Amino acid sequence: MIELSDFLMLGGILFSISVAGIFINRKNLIVLLMCIELMLLAVNMNFVAFSHFLGDMTGQVFVFFILTVAAAEAAIGLAILVVLFRNRRTIDVEDLDALKG
Amino acid sequence: MENIYLTIVLAPLLGAIIAGFLGGRIGRAGAHWVAILGVGLSCLLSLYVLKGFLLDGLPTFDGAVYTWMVSDGIRFEIGFLVDKLTALMMGVVTFVSLMVHIYTIGYMADDEHNWPKESLAGRNGYQRFFSYISLFTFAMLMLVMSNNFLQLFFGWEAVGLVSYLLIGFWSVRESAIFANLKAFLVNRVGDFAFILGIAAVAMYFKSMDYQTVFALAPSLADTQIPIWGDTSWSLMTVICVLLFIGAMGKSAQVPLHVWLPDSMEGPTPISALIHAATMVTAGIFMVTRMSPLFELSETALSFVMVIGATTAFFMGLIGLVQNDIKRVVAYSTLSQLGYMVTALGASAYAAGIFHLMTHAFFKALLFLAAGSVIIAMHHDQDIRNMGGLRKYMPITWITFLIGSLALIGFPGFSGFFSKDAIIEAVHLSQVAGSGYASILLTLGVFVTALYSFRLYFIVFHGKERMDEHTRHHLHETPAVVWVPLVLLAIPSIFIGWMTVEAVLFGDWFKDVIHVAPQHDVLAQMGANFHGQAGFVLHGIMMPPFWLAMAGLVLAWFIYTMKPVIADIAMVRFSLIHRILDGKYGFDQLNMAVFAGGSRGLGKLFWVAGDRRLIDGLIINGTAKGVGQIAERLRGIQTGYLYHYAIAMILGLVGLMTIFVTF
Repeated sequence: MIELSDFLMLGGILFSISVAGIFINRKNLIVLLMCIELMLLAVNMNFVAFSHFLGDMTGQVFVFFILTVAAAEAAIGLAILVVLFRNRRTIDVEDLDALKG
Repeated sequence: MENIYLTIVLAPLLGAIIAGFLGGRIGRAGAHWVAILGVGLSCLLSLYVLKGFLLDGLPTFDGAVYTWMVSDGIRFEIGFLVDKLTALMMGVVTFVSLMVHIYTIGYMADDEHNWPKESLAGRNGYQRFFSYISLFTFAMLMLVMSNNFLQLFFGWEAVGLVSYLLIGFWSVRESAIFANLKAFLVNRVGDFAFILGIAAVAMYFKSMDYQTVFALAPSLADTQIPIWGDTSWSLMTVICVLLFIGAMGKSAQVPLHVWLPDSMEGPTPISALIHAATMVTAGIFMVTRMSPLFELSETALSFVMVIGATTAFFMGLIGLVQNDIKRVVAYSTLSQLGYMVTALGASAYAAGIFHLMTHAFFKALLFLAAGSVIIAMHHDQDIRNMGGLRKYMPITWITFLIGSLALIGFPGFSGFFSKDAIIEAVHLSQVAGSGYASILLTLGVFVTALYSFRLYFIVFHGKERMDEHTRHHLHETPAVVWVPLVLLAIPSIFIGWMTVEAVLFGDWFKDVIHVAPQHDVLAQMGANFHGQAGFVLHGIMMPPFWLAMAGLVLAWFIYTMKPVIADIAMVRFSLIHRILDGKYGFDQLNMAVFAGGSRGLGKLFWVAGDRRLIDGLIINGTAKGVGQIAERLRGIQTGYLYHYAIAMILGLVGLMTIFVTF
């Protein structure tokens, strides 16, 4: 029998992987976007698990919303990425340090 | 009568405004006419008022014209107190001022030469000068006609301001600017004490009005005011000494006299105005007006007397070594003011005012005559370049001689009556310090005669020392210059004889000047007074007359017969000569200690306070501090997204830890 805690553990692991991906990845901006997607999926996992074990459908409805937002966000993120690449000729995270004072 | 009094005050003001603001439009003649008409009207009405008091028994006028404000029960008013003292002062002030106005037409006729070409400051200078001297008259009239301390202070400051403007009239001359600043600053010292005195009056009497204050004064005579700790001083002494320090500034008493000789930098007419009618007489008048207060403090009277006597003698000595014609006369003014102040200290207020009046005439005469000489000498003021002028300028010569005789107190001349009365009064006085004062005043008579006639003989007799060009152009000055001289010479001779009985021993000042019975030296003298002729005869038998004659003869002998004596004496007594030539070092002291000290203090505040603390530490320091902190903090901002992300995550973890644990 698979317990609730196992799902939560999985969600936690996925979330941690995505956070680590954000920190450790120094190369590709696309990986960064993927990590953010993964983070949202980890959250979705928690929602679905709670929804199932508590018998409340609201959590699964939320998952759909999050998926929609994630899709939109991915679209915008990729669009920005394309524009960025056109301007800078690179999508290396190491090179994108214009945010400093 | 109120309208007449208002006209007397406002006519010169109106003249000053028109001549000052519309000077360019009305031109030179317009300016001097409007100023002279203003002062002339004022003079006529003043004489009318004087006649009213003299013959028709005009009642004393005391009333407010305008209430400026009421604060905490104290009324601040513009008001007039016209009694016999005021009427006398009004007459003297406006008459001398009118003479000076007329004289100015001649003296300032070629004023353009005193300015650099194309100087903007000199444009309409003639009109401006008339505006100032009219304003001076207005200020002095406000001062003498005031019925409250506030208006007195207004007039007091206004004469200070106008004297500043006039002494520095030739504003392109370095020395004139120095002199007017000096006059202003030295007066400020006196005025500071003066306003403290007025503040003390307002605080303890709860009124600014003369009559109220004088009526209350006896009841507060024994009041003590705490200074600090257990020390307390008599209220009356504090008020009187403070007010008198104000008078020391205006009336140029030691040690606040230093501005007066320097005021010679101004054109000669204003020297006459300052020294005779306006400004320096203000202090004498004020103390006389405050006689009900001064009578209550023996200490203050002693202080007044000692200061006056010191000024009278020691300033006269300086006059012996001066070589500038105007400066000799200026030091004689200082000395004569000392006589007046000493008289005030001896409670002989009437004698002080009497000497003020006679002095106003002969001193104005001497100054205007000196100015006439200066015109003839093409603005050379050094007496070493003069000599034998009597042949060329007979009217100036005669009038100057009359002025000098009046000054040394030659029997029959006006100065004789006033000066003799003062010496006698001080001799009779019992106030502490009167012995010292009496000796100095008596010796002062000799000094006065010596320097007056030294000046007279050097300028009008002896060898003609001017250069050929000047000698060729020497001639009597025009009528606008010599007519005022003649008009002033007449009262210089007769006014003493005519008024001595009424002013000194009669009841002219009976209700105006309050003298405590134990101080009343004039009453003692009055008991022995048997007419003017008797007074003269009595005077001739007293030492002061013989001292004056000795001084006169000595001056004659040295400066016409054996000029070499003066040079020998200068070498023999070189130390004394140096001290006198250095004016006892007051100027050096002031320059080093007060001027140097305050400049040093200012520099200290500028460098340490302004530049280091405010500019350096507070203003630039703040900016620099922010910059340095920012310099360090900007290292944290790498610009890499993952650094920001980790900061966010760590922050989140941190906050969650806090929320979970606490």
